[in-house]
Amino acid sequence: MELLRSLAITGTEEVLSISGLILLLAAAWGGDKASRVISIAAVAVLTVCAVLTAPALCGAAMGPAVSAWGGQFSGDAFAAFGKLLVYAGAAVTLIVAPAFFERSGAMRAEFPLLVLFAAMGMGMMVSATDMLSLYIGLELNSLAAYVLAAFLRSDERSAEAGLKYFVLGSLASGILLYGISLIYGFTGSTSFAGIHAALAEPLSMGVTFGVVFVLAGLAFKISAAPFHMWTPDVYEGAPTPVTTFFATAPKVAALGLLMRVSLFAFGAQPGVWQQIVIFVALLSIVIGALGAIGQDNIKRLLAYSSINNVGFMLIGLACTNQAGAAAMLVYLAIYVAMSVAGFVAVLMLKDADGAQVESIAAMAGLSKTRPGLALALAMVMFSLAGIPPLFGFWGKFVVFQAAVQANLLSLAAIGIAASVIGAFYYIKVVKVMYFDEAVDVVQGQSDLAQRVLLFVSVVAISPLGYLLTKQLGVLAGHAAAALFHIA
Amino acid sequence: MIGIEHYVVVSSILFVLGVLGIFLNRKNVIIILMSIELILLAVNINFVAFSAFLHDLVGQIFAMFVLTVAAGEAAIGLAILVIYFRGRGTIAVDDVNRMKG
Repeated sequence: MELLRSLAITGTEEVLSISGLILLLAAAWGGDKASRVISIAAVAVLTVCAVLTAPALCGAAMGPAVSAWGGQFSGDAFAAFGKLLVYAGAAVTLIVAPAFFERSGAMRAEFPLLVLFAAMGMGMMVSATDMLSLYIGLELNSLAAYVLAAFLRSDERSAEAGLKYFVLGSLASGILLYGISLIYGFTGSTSFAGIHAALAEPLSMGVTFGVVFVLAGLAFKISAAPFHMWTPDVYEGAPTPVTTFFATAPKVAALGLLMRVSLFAFGAQPGVWQQIVIFVALLSIVIGALGAIGQDNIKRLLAYSSINNVGFMLIGLACTNQAGAAAMLVYLAIYVAMSVAGFVAVLMLKDADGAQVESIAAMAGLSKTRPGLALALAMVMFSLAGIPPLFGFWGKFVVFQAAVQANLLSLAAIGIAASVIGAFYYIKVVKVMYFDEAVDVVQGQSDLAQRVLLFVSVVAISPLGYLLTKQLGVLAGHAAAALFHIA
Repeated sequence: MIGIEHYVVVSSILFVLGVLGIFLNRKNVIIILMSIELILLAVNINFVAFSAFLHDLVGQIFAMFVLTVAAGEAAIGLAILVIYFRGRGTIAVDDVNRMKG
């Protein structure tokens, strides 16, 4: 019975791995000609997984009732929330990728499979309740991601992005793992519940080191400053559909992991890691805002914007309470919608030959030549900056509200001041598109799938998104409550 | 008598050597791959030593998983290095600079 129960709780992982293996065989037989069919099948698999996950999102079950495989996994509402965002990000990547890669003849049948296996690893990351399952999930995601970054083999920038991502990602994994080994040695447990219980006593030196190492490793994975240096290069070098993927799914998974580790495993000693999180959050906000100034590549700009946004999300974590975690989840969901809209719009910027346009200067006067696209990009920029009528404002608002309620007034004040600095470069892009002399570089046509995705995600971040605030708040509240459930 | 402290000291020395190897090395990307292996080795020494010290098997199981993942990681690292070399004809660290940063 225990076996069947565990199998049922990790159902989506089983569906993903088995269908991934079947599609791998199909790819081996069908070759690269089958890549489009396999992409469609992979999107269908992700949809099935999302449908399977959805009931757990509204369920209030938590703790031992949804714990599987001897405490390795949890199928609680928090895991479901993270998984749905991860599957959405992965599905968007699969939908936009074939058209992008087919132009250069680089579409291979492995691409959807790598995304599928990465999605499985990320599902494990958000539902892990043991250091062992955490590590396996993290590596399953990272190993697939290194290959994805270097996927455009003929492009030197893509190979360089893959190499840089691999070296720094492996270093981060090593640091994280060293921290896990110290925590294991000094607490005698690798399960989050066991670590939580052991940390209730005063900390030894070894555990403190372990906690710092684990947080440093995870900060690498969420690209928070001071461990952000790989982000702009990898975002710029990786093929744009892959960058879309990096900006959405792995970010959700790694942030979910960070939340579960710090709020649950290290939850008995919030004082130890709160200072670190506050420091990392402030540094990310400032570096993200200042680094973006003077960038001419739109993908690099969005990379710095993601560093900046991760900083704002960490403010929610710094509250160390349930309201802060719920606010962070709301921000995360809105951030995924903004990233999808931003990168799909960037994918639609093509010149007359159909090659990607990445320079901001080439977008001058876009409002005259492609008014719809310019409007979408302008909305993404205003939303990322957090300007009120757009939905991005709501994410910042709930996070700052949680910070004020948790008596982190100075943190909230510095965050608001830095978001004004950040608004400068977002508005600069809008100014280039709307008020500069038209250069008429962007001419290529986009396919229907991209236009539909862009429309849906732009509607989500438009003021219409506010119709969703109540439901989003309730779901995020459920998910955050599951984190704080101590069996 | 060799105690748990000796193992922890050895593993921390290996770990620091690995991290320094990544940051101070200016020559060859292969050396970075070796440094990553060194870090994972340090972690494994820690796990096995703590496992024996605590009379708890979880650490040794963890070490097995780390070994397996390390093998996969090395394979992927070398594969990425091969396509990088095909494009650029060099694997010197200082030449990994097509993008600023």
